[in-house]
Formats: sequence, C-alpha cells, structure tokens
Amino acid sequence: MAAVQETVDRVRQIDVDQYRYGFETLIESDKAPKGLSEDIVRFISAKKNEPAWMLEWRLEAYRRWLTMTEPVWARVSYPKIDFQDLYYYSAPKPKKTIGSLDEIDPEILETYKKLGIPLREVEALEGVIRPEGERRIAVDAVFDSVSVATTFQAELKKAGVIFMPISEAIREHPELVKKYLGTVVPTTDNYYATLNSAVFSDGSFVYVPPGVRCPMELSTYFRINERNTGQFERTLIIADKGSYVSYLEGCTAPQRDENQLHAAVVELVTHDDAEIKYSTVQNWYPGNSEGKGGIYNFVTKRGDCRGNNSKISWTQVETGSAITWKYPSCILRGDNSRGEFYSIAISNGYQQVDSGTKMIHLGKNTTSRIISKGIAAGRSQNTYRGLVTAHRKATGARNFTACDSLLIGDQCGAHTVPYIEAKNSSALFEHEATTSKISEDVLFYCVQRGLSQEEAVGLVVNGFVKDVLQQLPMEFAVEAQKLISISLEGSVG
Amino acid sequence: MNVAVAKTDRVEAADETPFALARSRLPGSGAVADLRREAYDAFQRIGLPHRRIEDWKYTDLRALMREVLPLAAAPDAEALARAAAALKLHAIDGVRRLVLVDGVLAPSLSEFGDLEPKLSLRSLRDILAGGDAALQKELFGLDSNNPMIALNSAMMTDGVVIAVADGAKLTQPLHVVHIASGGAPAAVFTRSMLKLGNDSSATLVESYIAGEGAAAYQVHDSLVIAIGDRARLDHVRLVEDGREAFNITSSAIDVGSHAHFNTFGMATGALVSRYQAVINVAGEHSRVETNGVNLLNGKQHADTTLVMNHDVPHCASREVFRAVVDDRGHSVFQGRINVRQPAQHTDAKMMTRALLLSDDAEADNKPELEIFADDVTCGHGATTGALDESLLFYLRARGLPEKDAQSLLIQAFVGEAIESIADDSLRDLAIGAAARWLEARA
Repeated sequence: MAAVQETVDRVRQIDVDQYRYGFETLIESDKAPKGLSEDIVRFISAKKNEPAWMLEWRLEAYRRWLTMTEPVWARVSYPKIDFQDLYYYSAPKPKKTIGSLDEIDPEILETYKKLGIPLREVEALEGVIRPEGERRIAVDAVFDSVSVATTFQAELKKAGVIFMPISEAIREHPELVKKYLGTVVPTTDNYYATLNSAVFSDGSFVYVPPGVRCPMELSTYFRINERNTGQFERTLIIADKGSYVSYLEGCTAPQRDENQLHAAVVELVTHDDAEIKYSTVQNWYPGNSEGKGGIYNFVTKRGDCRGNNSKISWTQVETGSAITWKYPSCILRGDNSRGEFYSIAISNGYQQVDSGTKMIHLGKNTTSRIISKGIAAGRSQNTYRGLVTAHRKATGARNFTACDSLLIGDQCGAHTVPYIEAKNSSALFEHEATTSKISEDVLFYCVQRGLSQEEAVGLVVNGFVKDVLQQLPMEFAVEAQKLISISLEGSVG
Repeated sequence: MNVAVAKTDRVEAADETPFALARSRLPGSGAVADLRREAYDAFQRIGLPHRRIEDWKYTDLRALMREVLPLAAAPDAEALARAAAALKLHAIDGVRRLVLVDGVLAPSLSEFGDLEPKLSLRSLRDILAGGDAALQKELFGLDSNNPMIALNSAMMTDGVVIAVADGAKLTQPLHVVHIASGGAPAAVFTRSMLKLGNDSSATLVESYIAGEGAAAYQVHDSLVIAIGDRARLDHVRLVEDGREAFNITSSAIDVGSHAHFNTFGMATGALVSRYQAVINVAGEHSRVETNGVNLLNGKQHADTTLVMNHDVPHCASREVFRAVVDDRGHSVFQGRINVRQPAQHTDAKMMTRALLLSDDAEADNKPELEIFADDVTCGHGATTGALDESLLFYLRARGLPEKDAQSLLIQAFVGEAIESIADDSLRDLAIGAAARWLEARA
C-alpha cells in the first residue's frame, strides 16, 4: 500500500498512548497476603462478613479447584500462570464507613471521571444529551476487589429492582443468592469458574421482580488498579416472570508490563416471558506493541432461559485483553425461548482472542441467532469457537449462525471452529462463515474521495460490524465505535 | 473442546497384543520390523482413540470398536471362492481390477497382465519383504501421531503400489477392491500407494465389499497418493462393507502444481466407518474437489474427517458434503481448511449439509477454517434439517407415494455431491449405490 513510511510513523505516534485508560490511580489499598490457600479463602469471606454457608460454598470450590487442571484446548498460548504469585484480594483502604457518594475516596472518583463513568447521580443526569426522553444509567463501580459505589439505588428500590454489590446481596438477600448462585455455572464447571467460586470478591447482583420492566439501564464498570492482583468478579442477574432488564458491563485496567488475571463468572436466569439483554464493552489493557503485559481475560458467562418464552441476548465488543477466553452461552431450557449472541472481536498487536458462544437447545421451538464478526490485525490471532446443539426433545429448534472474519495485514490469523450437533430431525440449523480481506476497490474508492487509508479502513470496518453495533445500547454504541477505530489504528499497511 | 488424556485402560500383556500375535506373519524384517515396532509403540501410547481426543470427539472408537481384532488369516480356496462370488455382484465394466481378499492381494481375481505403457503395479508385501529401502521408508511416512494410522503402519500386510510415469494418460480406470471373505471375525490391515508422474492422468476407484456371511470384521486401510505437476487424478471410493463391519481408512495426498485432484467418497455400508484424509495442496495453481455422501440407517455411524492444507498461493479447493441419516444413524463431518501465510489468493469453500429422517438420527458438523493469509476468499456453510414439508406435499399432490417422494428429494439432495464425478460410468455407479440404499429403505 502507498504511504508506507507515513503509516509507520503514525503507528509509532499512536502507540504511545493508544490505550487511553492505561493510567494508574495511587491510593492506599488493603490487600490479602499473596498466594492462594484455604486461609486466603477464609480471609476473603471474613472481609465480606459472609455467613457460614457462603464460606463453606467457597471452600468446597477451592478444594475442587485443587484437583483440576487448566484447560488447554483454546487456541491461545501464554506462559504458565503462577497462581501463588497473585493477590486475591485488594480493596481501596476505607477512610471510614461510606455513607454517601461524597465520602468515596476522591482519587477513585477522579479515576472513574477520567474513564468517563458518571458516579455522581447529578453528573449522570447532565451526561450525554439525550435525543428524546431521558435515559439514565445506574452504575455499580467495582475497583479491584470491591464495589465502591452503586448509584440510583433508591429509585431502583421503588421499582422493586434489587441492584447491589453481590457481597451485600449475600448478607441482605441470602435466600435469593442461595437459590440461584452456582445454578447456571456450577462450582465444578471449569478451572477458572471454580477458582472464581472460591475467591470471588465482588460483582453485581440484580433481581427484577415479576412483571417489572427495569426503569433504567444497569451498568457495572470494572477497573483493575492494583499491581499483581487478579480480579474475580461474580455477577448474578435474575429476571423473574415477565420482567426485562438491560445490563451493561465495561472494563479497563492500567498499562503494566506484567500480565494480570481476570477470571469472572456471570450467571443469568430468565423465568417465563422474561428477557435479559447483557452488553459488554471489554477494553482491558491489551499489552504493548511487543505483546508485553496485558490482561488475561478468562471468563465464564452463561445464561439459563429457564422459563417458557424467555430470552437472553448477549452483545459483546471485545477490543482489549492480551488473551480473551470467553464463550457467553445460552441454555434454552424453556419452550419457545430464544438466545442471541452478537459479537465483535477485534485483535491487534499480539492479542489472542478465542471467543464464541454455545447455544444449547433443550426446549421445544427454541430459536437462537449468532452473529460474530472477528477482525484480526497486526500479529494477532482471532478465533471464533461456537457450539450449536439440539437435544432429542428440542423439536422445532432453529439456529442461524453467521461468523465473518476480516484480516488486515498478513501476519495475523483468523480461525473458525464451529460445532454443530443435531440430535433431532426437526431441528433446522444454518451456519455460514466467510473470511476475506478488505477489498482494494472499496479502499481505493474511499481514498479517492479524500479519506486517508486509516479512515477508509475504519469506515469499512464499521460497516462490517454494523449488524452487531446496532444491538448495543446507544451510549455503548458510540463508545464501541470509537474503540474500534482506536484498536485498529496503525493496522493499515 | 476436549483435551487428550493418557490411556488409563488395562494394559494388555505384551505378548497378547494383536501386534505380537501377528508379528511372524507381517512381511518385512530389519528396518521394516523396526519401523513397525515404532509405529505400534506410537499406537499404544494412546490406544484406541476416544472422545476426549478432539479429533475423535464424535467417533469414540474405545466405545464403538472396543478392541482391535487379531490379524485375519490368509484366504484359502474357499475364501477366494466366496470373494469371487461377492466380486461378481460389484463388478464394474471397463476397469482394471486389483483385488485384495482379507487383506491379501489375490492375483487370481486381479488383472495384472497387459499393462498400459508407463504403468507399474506391485504388491506392498513384495516391497516390504525386499524392496528398496527408500520406498519402504516412504510407505511408513504417514503421521503416526494419529493412533489409527500408527496401528495401520505397524500391522499392514499388503496393498497395491501403483506408479504412473511422467506423461502417461491412463485410459482404463484402476479398481482396487477390498473384500472381506466372511471367515471368522478378524481385522485386515492394508496400505496402497499411487504415484502419478508429471503430466499424467489416472482414475482410481476403491470399493469395500463383503462376501456372504461376513459379520463383525475390521478393515484398517490407508492410501498414500502423490500427484505430480500438471497431473490429474479422479478418485472414487465406495464403502459398501457388511452391516456389522468397521472400516477405518486414512489417506494422505500431496498435490503438485497446476494439478487437479477430484475425489468422491460414499459410505452406505459398515456399522462404523471413518475416512480421514489429509490433502496437502503443495504446488501453485492447483485445484482440489472433495465430495462426499453418507447414507446411513439402522445404527450406522460414519465419520468423514478432511484436512485441506493450503501451503502455496493461487490454489482453489471445494468441499461438498451431504449426509442422509435415518433410524438411529449418526453422521459426522469434520472439515478443516488450513491456509498458511504464503498461500495468498487461496479460494477455498466448504459446504456441508445433513438431512435427518428420523428423530433418533444424529448429525454432527464441525467445519473449521484456520487462516493465516489475508488475501484469500474462504468460506464454509453448514445446514442441518429435515425434508422440506412443502416439497413433499408438492410431490404427493402429484400422486407420488410418500416413500417415493422422499426418495426423489433425497436423490436430488445427494445428487449435488455425486454430480462432481467426472466419469459417466463411475457417476452411474455412485447413483446406483445410492439408489440401492433408497430401495432398501422403502
């Protein structure tokens, strides 16, 4: 391509502050000793003032974890993780008991401000100008291992919606937590989910009562700050009969040379006629241009459409992390239930993405839809791995899958590994996948009209991912679009 | 999404393994014997593959096959007579027949005379017993990380080694027939090789059939093919083994530049069959067409696993696969297209479709793409479903009985793959085999 030197120079410039969220917040923190043992699990549980049953649950998971081995089937490679060289608990040191938002450490508030996350409710109101009506977002901010603030609690309470850090929910709504925790992702599920079950420190808990349409978008913002810490959050969302909730998740981390571990578990449950829409914009630090540093993002996300006519929809924009290992899945148990998965996975530099979904059709007339767009640039590897399966009794199951990959540059790789299993003759599955590069003609056309090469690529890529971006709530769609252009900067040539 | 685990089954006593028991009857000594030993060790490290090994996820031989049967005895006069009878039913006109009975080349049933110029035919047994060392080594060159290939390498007794010299265009198709004569349940281990010189062309047909009374026998076959530059090979394989039989066949194919390889496989027989092929497109501007059909009923299980390696630029490959599954049948298709970084301008497509005719039928598809080159056009599609109700209704409204209407639609469905066979009479052969399956169903 033309102007190679120009591109190279630009890449160099961009590289320095390509990751905008790489700053570090200097605050005092309260850490558990390094390493993992039964004592650490007890320590975390005690820190959270947890009831005895919760500690028992954690210890059981920990003992189970000791017997397990790390999964190796994903197309990712990384040096062996030393699980004893991590801090499993880190909390910003409380100055005193927090009564209101004003009492949060100003440094943390500043951090979230820099990240563009409105923690003060007033600011939230003054945030983005809404075209029509007023749309507000309740935010639960998780800083390292603890939730530091949850906004709009009072208003949500009025609607009957419970939205609080899971550590509080364990104390305040033990019956709900006990009933649902670990029922979608059992503690024995996989290596990282089991580890998470033993040491998870915080996360969000949402319960939407029957017939309630959650009055605002719920959002959690995760931030890893402390050095050498692992973040293990646990999210549990329950939509009771006929309810609806839309939940957004965002994440960032400082720029560091060492790799940090993020092993989260997200469980969703929908009852009859309920719907959960779960959107993620994942922008953990991806490592520098030589592939040094970055987050290992090993996440287990699963939704259980337990009720008839229920629906779970996953939308994800994956731009960050050195390694992504993530398969948000739907168990379509209820009759007529529906699962959706919309994904954009962008990898650049030395990033490795192995992501996809599982659609497990168990109920009658269940439908699912998978739209996955993978974009690989630089020296990255981008894999879609998905399973669609219809069980014997899943008569009338329907699936449509489209996974497209775009390759930018000749040092990257794009892979598709679909598993399609039909055990029922009335199941109708369609799957298509394509891999291509951006057409020279299209680029030429754009450049001829005065766009630079990078702008042209950005335009084409945005068109390529449009199907998925449309699924995101508006606020996130804007952010995601910007992220896509940042992630791809410097990939032309 | 599984990982391999070490073999934990009981370890057979060293002198009771099928290998130890058959050792004195396996051709070759010295270096060949050493290569056999190595291959058997490679097999034993894993044993029969099971579902925890990713490639065998859907075909768990430890559960399906359970054990490797002892090596079949060389055919006696009676066995050859039964084989001759079976052969009559499956004879094809105008071909040169090369027959293996119970894993042993049977000259009395084969046509070795009057060879076209530039064609050479030899038996694997002769080469292993005293051939040139380089060729022996080549014959052992298959990937012994795959346990079933390793087992085959260790135990292979016979096969046809075919060489077509540069510039030779064979007019007569070669028909390699594997016959299980129907003696006591046993296993046969064969390996054949075809080397096509530059600018040559040939047609190879393989059939797997059984004599009367053949029951739970095992066929372990393998095929090594090298296609020279500007050469063309048309390849058809028909698995019509007995309904209790096992057929595990592996092949490795190297394709030169400006070459053309067209291959078609169909499985209507055998209780459990697996065809695993690795096709290396190693020369530029070559074209590969791979087509397959599985027609299954009863408790049949058929697995087709294809790996297409694109290592060089400007090549094209097409894979078309159709499965029709009735009763408690289980069809598996695993296709992987690997496009390495130098293989720019690759045009690779894969389409796999399964038709499920009963509620107990199962079809598993795993069409993978692995792409490291950016200037390529690659795609795959997969569908699974039942017969279209409205099409059935249309045909029935025109007076066709339900079974006939179904047969017609199934014929059209598999026709897309069968049509790829270039030779008219071979295409008719495949259509005939499909028709026989449909008739048996009705």
